[in-house]
Amino acid sequence: MRIRVLFFAYLRERCGVREADVELPEGASVDELWSRLVTRFPALPAAPPRFAVNRVYVDKGHPLHDNDEFALIPPVSGGTQ
Amino acid sequence: MTKSSYRVTSDGIDTEALLSEVGNAAAGATTLFVGTTRNENEGRIVERLEYEVYESMALEEMRRIGEEIARRWRVIAVSMVHRVGVVPIGQASVAVAISAAHREEAFAACRYGIDTLKATVPIWKKEFYRGGEHWVGPCHAHGATV
Repeated sequence: MRIRVLFFAYLRERCGVREADVELPEGASVDELWSRLVTRFPALPAAPPRFAVNRVYVDKGHPLHDNDEFALIPPVSGGTQ
Repeated sequence: MTKSSYRVTSDGIDTEALLSEVGNAAAGATTLFVGTTRNENEGRIVERLEYEVYESMALEEMRRIGEEIARRWRVIAVSMVHRVGVVPIGQASVAVAISAAHREEAFAACRYGIDTLKATVPIWKKEFYRGGEHWVGPCHAHGATV
């Protein structure tokens, strides 16, 4: 299955991409996708950011499906202090 | 049924328009929170601020916050707007407006709205200061570049 991965803010700058497609075996979870991404983008930090699938926050055990939109969500800082 | 509006904009935030949006004859109280960009952070003089957004998720997340507000408090209307792109110092970057019959609900809902927005809505702030730039956030140690 194919997952579309989105990068934002400092992760986008560190990895040098806005988005990437990743092929994964059926039934793979967010955790497996993160391991794949760390190998492909060595600039990713060891500590994972938050994850969103189809615009909803999920934990690392969340199962993925073909054509899911997966986003790496660095710590947000909307608004002001 | 609570009236609601959620927006992300690259234009300036019109707070008067936001207030009239939540205006209602049944509302005895209206609260408006406006966050503005500051010229200083952690001892650095900030010259410019830029916000990046994951727009489709940001709008969905704002809607989820508005729905939670409607579950918790008796509010009449909820409006949230966040500005993105370059925001000059001293201008509004975010605003939350709430109308309700009474001020207790209006204050509580507005406080919850801005606090939750800042914690969950996928919007990131980058500060540009003399000699560098910096993504703001708790894990930004590797985000600074010069």
